[in-house]
Amino acid sequence: MNLDLATVWAAIIGLGLFLYVVLDGFDLGIGLLFPFLEKSADREVMLNTVAPVWDGNETFLVFGGAALYAVFPVAYATLLPANYLPVVLMLAGLIFRGAAFELRAKATRTRHMWDLAFIAGSVQAAFCQGVILGSLLQGIKIVDGRFAGGSFDWLSPFSVFCGLGLLVTYATLGCGWLIIKTDGKLQENMYALMRPISAVLLSTIFIASAWTVLGNPAVAERWFGGHRLVYFAPVPVLVVASIWGIWRAVNRRNERLPFPLALFVLFMGYTGLIISIWPYIIPPSLTIWEAAANHSSQLFMLVGAAIILPIILCYSFMQYRVFRGKVRESDAGYH
Amino acid sequence: MPIFDAILLARIQFAFTISAHIIFPATSIGLAGFLAVLEAMWLRTGDAVYKQMYFFWSKIFAIAFGMGVVSGVVMAYEFGANWAGFSRIAGPITGVLLTYEVMTAFFLEAGFLGVMLFGWEKVGARGHFFATLMVATGTLVSTFWILASNSFMQTPQGFAMENGQLVPIDWWKVIFNPSFPYRLAHMTIAAYIVAAFLVVACSAYHLLAGRRDLAVKRSFSMALWILLMLVPIQMIVGDAHGLNTRQYQPAKIAAIEGLWETERGGTSLNLVGFPDMQEEQTKHAVKVPHLGSLILTHSWDGEIRGLKSFPPQDRPYSPILFWTFRIMVGLGLLMLLLSLAALALRRGGRIYETRWFQRWALYMGPTGLLALLAGWVTTEVGRQPWTIYGVLRTADSASPLDAQQVGTSLLTFVVVYFLVFGLGIYYILKLMKKGPGSETQSSVQTAAHPALVNNPLYRPEDPIDR
Repeated sequence: MNLDLATVWAAIIGLGLFLYVVLDGFDLGIGLLFPFLEKSADREVMLNTVAPVWDGNETFLVFGGAALYAVFPVAYATLLPANYLPVVLMLAGLIFRGAAFELRAKATRTRHMWDLAFIAGSVQAAFCQGVILGSLLQGIKIVDGRFAGGSFDWLSPFSVFCGLGLLVTYATLGCGWLIIKTDGKLQENMYALMRPISAVLLSTIFIASAWTVLGNPAVAERWFGGHRLVYFAPVPVLVVASIWGIWRAVNRRNERLPFPLALFVLFMGYTGLIISIWPYIIPPSLTIWEAAANHSSQLFMLVGAAIILPIILCYSFMQYRVFRGKVRESDAGYH
Repeated sequence: MPIFDAILLARIQFAFTISAHIIFPATSIGLAGFLAVLEAMWLRTGDAVYKQMYFFWSKIFAIAFGMGVVSGVVMAYEFGANWAGFSRIAGPITGVLLTYEVMTAFFLEAGFLGVMLFGWEKVGARGHFFATLMVATGTLVSTFWILASNSFMQTPQGFAMENGQLVPIDWWKVIFNPSFPYRLAHMTIAAYIVAAFLVVACSAYHLLAGRRDLAVKRSFSMALWILLMLVPIQMIVGDAHGLNTRQYQPAKIAAIEGLWETERGGTSLNLVGFPDMQEEQTKHAVKVPHLGSLILTHSWDGEIRGLKSFPPQDRPYSPILFWTFRIMVGLGLLMLLLSLAALALRRGGRIYETRWFQRWALYMGPTGLLALLAGWVTTEVGRQPWTIYGVLRTADSASPLDAQQVGTSLLTFVVVYFLVFGLGIYYILKLMKKGPGSETQSSVQTAAHPALVNNPLYRPEDPIDR
């Protein structure tokens, strides 16, 4: 085989999941920020900044799941049973949140109930995603291509910490997004939130990294073995620099910078994650090649993906362009 | 063995979540087509009534679509969570088809839905029409892929088994497997019928309530024309689908008909009866000689294999199939009758004034969905005891979970679905009760709470929970 399709597909799915975390990250982040703003009109504006795009954002989650199912069926068929409860709760959370998107603005008497559904759904979905990530990092027991652990293997202090960490991450993204998309009092509120929240994010990343390295000799070896630290050192340095950049941008009321910088922090965190587990798709024993489907399936998918994914990215981008600019209270309601 | 083992619970969960899910995509496939037609008519004629109708039905479409997305995300993860064996073995084929659906359909729909619902003032009339067309196309492309996958599970071909995994050999054969064209046509038409009945029932409700404005009358008339066209075609397609099933899944046909013996010289049809799997007979059967052969082989004395010619462990559960099939066919006949009655009442516009007909049309509202669900239960239960017919047994498809876990998730889904989707359906019904164009007519009579009137975001035209 001259072209290693499994690596290509790992990269595509990795990119898809990253896009999901970015896009649904700020969607979910808005739900996490809801409790900080009690005015119904503010909440309406916050929702309206993502109302036209949340469907598409969530589609990346379906894409990640489906592509995993097709190209790495063994990973798909072990990761999900291993995280059975968090997966079910994540889905339930997404249902509540999605319904709130469609129905909140159409309700009056029961609007506070949909607010609650939106907040709780977002928190639950984000937290469970973090827990699943944590359980992946701490390793899943696989024997003979089947999940061989217990029902609650996913539950550990580390995975719970990852759940909380992802909440902070998404809230930071949401906050940065809203700084771009809003103005006036609401934007001021978001500026005020951005500094403490990004500081918490920095400490979260630091603790999670230290915990992973200390608890996992293989990861420590990956980062500190040989001269590798020299190559990998930019990752933590850039994270710290970006957080500093966010603070500076907030001080200068530069509305365009905090969001991309937060994205960059996320990207660095994601890169660090990949450095830590590569080439395993499910540590500690399943590599991408062991999990991969046959050549024909991967190739057939790749042909389609090579043509279609760029088109998707184009019209998704167009869609964001159509709905660019500030969202205000005075705008005609989207619903 | 306990009565509810993990596999049975997982099957119940799948049946429940997929049934709840399919209601919404079926509605949005059909409505998307209807909306595309409405907008095309509006652009062509400039008649504002079409736009009024478009606005009204696009609101219902939006809720149905949103519910379809969130209940669909569940499906994309349920395969791996509850059916790890199936996913590991069949992923290289069914997973690929699903991914193609995501890439070619889901993104397309979601990408243009925002413009379709919220972009009126941002993209202009033609740009907006393009968005509507893309969404409608997306729903059809989605139908194509998911039915290719389902049909592959019913009539698999074009693959080999290597190292315990399915390996595709010929993708063309995999996708265009023998039952696919029939199932695709049957389901697509069914979705349009579902939507047409929702439109018919909603219009009938407002006609009965005394409204006679153009938006209501035109909706009623258009949807009834669509039904008159589609219902007979659906019957022909269904018949062809039946012949195809007899060829490739004879056990399913035998179970549908409650047929135990392979009868010589013409098979009779059990009109009604109670199939009993233990005693291997259909009790209290009302038989019509030769009718079975006539329907299923289109000949006077064609042979149909009875259930006894299949080993007991390979027989689908006839008591369910027998009745779900008859519910589907019975509803289809009622639909045909309604469409013909509408045709007869057209002269002199009597459909707008005949109250018994309108009441009948109102009650027929959910029959599109009921027939669709009954049909799906028939074909899916009829595939048992296999997940991939003749290749992979349901018993070998499950995840290594205990009954407690699957039971917990089942309970979670039941509670969440009834709560959320129940409310979603309730709101759709509320919107229907308000009817098209109520924004302009009823805003005067809405007496709102003063605090709400002062809220700039309060839009009295359509609160759905009052």
